[in-house]
Amino acid sequence: MPADFLYGIEVVLNGLMAGVMYALVALGFVLIFKASGIFNFAQGVMALFAALTLVGIMQGQVPFAHLINEIFGTEVHHFGWEVPALLAILLTLVVMIALAWSIQKFLFKHLVGQEPIILFMATIGLAYFLEGLGDLMWGSNIKTLDLGLPQGGSRWIEDATAGLGGDDFYGFFIDKLDLVATLVAIVLVLSLIAFSQYTKHGRAMRAVADDHQAALSVGISLNFIWVLVWSLAGLVALVAGVMWGAKSGVQFSLSLIALKALPVLMLGGFTSIPGAIVGGLIIGVGEKLFEYTIGAPFLGGATENWFAYMLALMFLVFRPQGLFGEKIIERV
Amino acid sequence: MSTPATELQQDGYITADGRKIGSVMMDLRSITLRFGGVVAIQDISFDIRQGEIRAIIGPNGAGKSSMLNVISGFYQPQQGEVWFLGKKRPPLKPYQVARQGIARTFQNIALFQGMTVLDNVMTGRLNHMKTGWLAQSIWLGRANKEERINRRKVEEIIDFLEIQSIRKTPVGRLPYGLKKRVELARALAAEPDLLLLDEPMAGMNVEEKEDMSRFILDANDEYGTTIALIEHDMGVVMDLSDRVVVMDYGRKIGDGTPDEVRNNEEVIAAYLGVPND
Repeated sequence: MPADFLYGIEVVLNGLMAGVMYALVALGFVLIFKASGIFNFAQGVMALFAALTLVGIMQGQVPFAHLINEIFGTEVHHFGWEVPALLAILLTLVVMIALAWSIQKFLFKHLVGQEPIILFMATIGLAYFLEGLGDLMWGSNIKTLDLGLPQGGSRWIEDATAGLGGDDFYGFFIDKLDLVATLVAIVLVLSLIAFSQYTKHGRAMRAVADDHQAALSVGISLNFIWVLVWSLAGLVALVAGVMWGAKSGVQFSLSLIALKALPVLMLGGFTSIPGAIVGGLIIGVGEKLFEYTIGAPFLGGATENWFAYMLALMFLVFRPQGLFGEKIIERV
Repeated sequence: MSTPATELQQDGYITADGRKIGSVMMDLRSITLRFGGVVAIQDISFDIRQGEIRAIIGPNGAGKSSMLNVISGFYQPQQGEVWFLGKKRPPLKPYQVARQGIARTFQNIALFQGMTVLDNVMTGRLNHMKTGWLAQSIWLGRANKEERINRRKVEEIIDFLEIQSIRKTPVGRLPYGLKKRVELARALAAEPDLLLLDEPMAGMNVEEKEDMSRFILDANDEYGTTIALIEHDMGVVMDLSDRVVVMDYGRKIGDGTPDEVRNNEEVIAAYLGVPND
């Protein structure tokens, strides 16, 4: 096989794995949008907040240290212990659930029945509030997240595939972290699907997503389901935050991954979990292939920033409901 | 106020066709419901007895649906008390009322359009599922057994309402009459003590109405479900119900057996109009 072709395959593989990351973020949007009709602008910041909290807990940071020191004139920064990764992840999950509960209790409970645009504005407010809260709790410096996940190119894959091409092909270069992320994402998606299909609360969640009134009449508490949905979105945000944070450090720009999820949602539809996954994969592969075949050679590169949006816009023209979205049929 | 002619004792009565009606299950006492300045229900009292089919009738805007919404917790009355199974009910949310064993259908059909008929009816069983989500998602032991029991019950009701052929069809694709039937199935799946039906036959043709009447009677007969229903079709109401409450402009103007109500002058006036003199 010619080396160019093999490099193309490598680009596709890397694109698929980037796509998994995009899908992970988009999934958080879909969960909340389906169940409550809220487009959660704060999903990206939730990922940042989750990653910040995880790092903070692992390093034994005192939350609100700056504030405490300012008020009481103390000089505390660290508890002086380090928390093992797994325990820290569980603790962060507890924080995310508490956050979900507060968001429902103090914000959206009071906005039930409001216009979608009002709810959307509320999530913008929430995004900035969370960003500030994250800074206040854990400080705004760039942090590294070290969970001990394997990183760097996989030697094994490189060696195993080196023989495919000629002398100038050295095998596929695939980051081990991407492989782990893909694996985690697959497990997460499968458990979410199992949860929503086979459990009482999953069924209730789908019911609420479909019709509030009918859900009430069969004995489902909307409030409980919304807290549940925000908690799940928090879990997805945590996973996305961990994977992106491990890849490129925990800092403000992490919250911008939300912008990567937007075209994925336009492509896959705002209400479809499979849509978010397929959409993410298409965009991941699409942007990498486009950069490899057209972008870099002819357009001076850096096409990855806008390619996803261009693809999404084309979709909007021809299939506004996305690949898997519910088709809107107006009956006259 | 009139009482059923066939009343035998304080605790229930025997109907003309020999069904035994039990004691008072739902007692509404001096209910008043206002929306701002509009009085939807004005000081209405009536009761529903165990095993009974109780109809609420009245012209458009009489407050019938509001009454049903008070019973099911969708509206909170400003005044009055709701007594259920011998206890005074505190103000409850609709989902809490549902968990107490009161199921309902809606005038404008509230089904889960994206789910299949089977899934829709399964949601009616939600309050009968007790095992934890972890056991459920990995499908083990008790969860498995519970799921089987719920499934059997659901299939039984699907058979009962003769909707086997559309079990796997998404509800959104069904015609109106069948949707109404699926909604009834979901309500019955909850095995409610009290079933509230808001115009179960609205917009149906004669044949569909006959089917629906039969299902309502059979549900009452077979499961012993107490039923309160709102209906416009007088023929249907008179055939189905044991006792009828008549409302007009938010007030109660009649209460009794179909025959008594039919001959009540105020009721005739409300339906046919009276000359101004």
